[in-house]
Amino acid sequence: MAGVLEKTKEPAIRIEDLWKVYAKNDQDIDVENEDLITELDKSEESVVAVRDLSLTVDPGKVFVVMGLSGSGKSTLIRCIIRLINPTAGKIDIFGQDITKMDKKSLTRFRREQVAMVFQHYGLLPHRTVLQNVLFGLKVKGVNTLDSKERAEVALERVGLTGWENYYPSSLSGGMRQRVGIARAIVMDSPILLMDEPFSGLDPLIRREMQDELIRLQEEMHKTIFFITHDLDEAMRLGDKMAVMKNGNIVQQGSPEEILSDPADEYVARFVQDIRKRIELADKRDSKIESLDIGNKKDKSEQEGKITNVS
Amino acid sequence: MFPEVLEFHVAGYVNDFIDWLLQTYAPVFDSISDGIFTVLNTVHMVISAIPWWGYIILIAVLAWFVSRKILGTIVLALMPVIIGMFGLWDLAIDTLAVIFTAVFFSLLIGIPTGILMAEVKGVRGFLKPVLDGMQTMPSFVYLIPAMMLFGLGKVPAVIATLIYSMPPVIRLTDFGIRQVPKATQEAALAYGCTKWQLLKEVRVPLAMPSIMAGVNQTTMMALAMVVICSMIGARGLGQEVLLSINRIDVGHGFESGFSIVILAIVIDRLTQGFARRWDPNKK
Repeated sequence: MAGVLEKTKEPAIRIEDLWKVYAKNDQDIDVENEDLITELDKSEESVVAVRDLSLTVDPGKVFVVMGLSGSGKSTLIRCIIRLINPTAGKIDIFGQDITKMDKKSLTRFRREQVAMVFQHYGLLPHRTVLQNVLFGLKVKGVNTLDSKERAEVALERVGLTGWENYYPSSLSGGMRQRVGIARAIVMDSPILLMDEPFSGLDPLIRREMQDELIRLQEEMHKTIFFITHDLDEAMRLGDKMAVMKNGNIVQQGSPEEILSDPADEYVARFVQDIRKRIELADKRDSKIESLDIGNKKDKSEQEGKITNVS
Repeated sequence: MFPEVLEFHVAGYVNDFIDWLLQTYAPVFDSISDGIFTVLNTVHMVISAIPWWGYIILIAVLAWFVSRKILGTIVLALMPVIIGMFGLWDLAIDTLAVIFTAVFFSLLIGIPTGILMAEVKGVRGFLKPVLDGMQTMPSFVYLIPAMMLFGLGKVPAVIATLIYSMPPVIRLTDFGIRQVPKATQEAALAYGCTKWQLLKEVRVPLAMPSIMAGVNQTTMMALAMVVICSMIGARGLGQEVLLSINRIDVGHGFESGFSIVILAIVIDRLTQGFARRWDPNKK
């Protein structure tokens, strides 16, 4: 038990001084050299996507990174699973530095520690829903009756029971993403990476999927690293969130902290809308309340009158 | 007039070189020749064992499977009857045997080459000009090396045909694999695919429609070439056309030419139908 507790103290993901520069031979770039970085920024052939970024994600929590397109958030999440190799820096997952992993241990890490959900689903069109959910297990070499059962359970969790034998092309966007989520949770890996999973869905479905994710998280208690460009989404889902701009984090904290105390003008401009809406809602609430009280008064007065008459 | 002094012949050297090649590597050419001959004979044995009405049924079943259209199926299935009515059935079987054998080897070599082209850096840079060259060369030209190295008859016909018909399947395999969406591959990698698993589970299956289009094109090119191969003595429908030209027998030429057209239509419809069936997005 003590061992488990000690383990939970360790951050699930710890990123330190991470850099990613898209340029030729980016592994050789010395990121300490400020002149070189300014030069790379100016150059049209290179992009500094992530600059000197550090963050910590506690286990069992939902960490949301919010930023506009081009802020480097997609690059960041791909660095965590090494779909993109970072230029410099350290990424510790449960104390293991994944930037130093060789091919073999990287494959093992991907199979056992993380599962990812993509904006464009990334489902296999020639496989059925069930086969898509089983994909990760198949790749891993787990192929037992048990794995099929696990897939059924995962599909049930995302509300897709009965759709096992359909092909992705006959599913709606929301349902496809449910398959994507089922494929991720069936792996039973402690970390879930979600790259704008709901951005392609229409607002109603998006909301529904967010609710579902919250419900799933209550059952699963996974470490979720979630990327979005939607502030509402970030506020709803995140235990902690970070606002990203130009490859770096402008502010991190709980949604409440960011809402009440934006670190700079950039963040302030973001939260402005939400604050206005909350103010409006507050006003409306108090108005309704006062109306309600008024109504009740009227009613009781009327009732009183009636009783008086009788 | 070109001055006679400047005349210079290489014919003698070429002949010497070929003689030397044939003598030095006789076992190699013999075993290639034997291998192709064995396959060709087997194919011929199998397809000539099927009775004519067997083909009608077979084509009807396949056509129905790929198209689900009654009229199209009936028309396609009855077309070969015309070949039989012209008295060219056996020759058509000969031609088919050469086509099938050539396509078999074409795909056997072409598909892996296409995969290699897409997978291994540098292979495309080397193969692309070669393929371009192969496709711009007039089909006639392939008869020369085939005949020089393997003599006359069906075996050089198969070789010339397979070389001529290979480029499309190589190109379309390469193209198909390269156009597999990056998002799908990324997802597969994120779940811990090895490079081999990525190829087997994602890249090749998703390239299948394109590969099947390549199979169709290769088959059609093989058909075109097989007719030309009559010039190096391959028996079949092409030879009938060639004879008709030599004898200025327009009527017979029409019959054999029309039979070739029928073969082409039937093969094209069927292979294209299969290519369409294979498209995962249409499931």
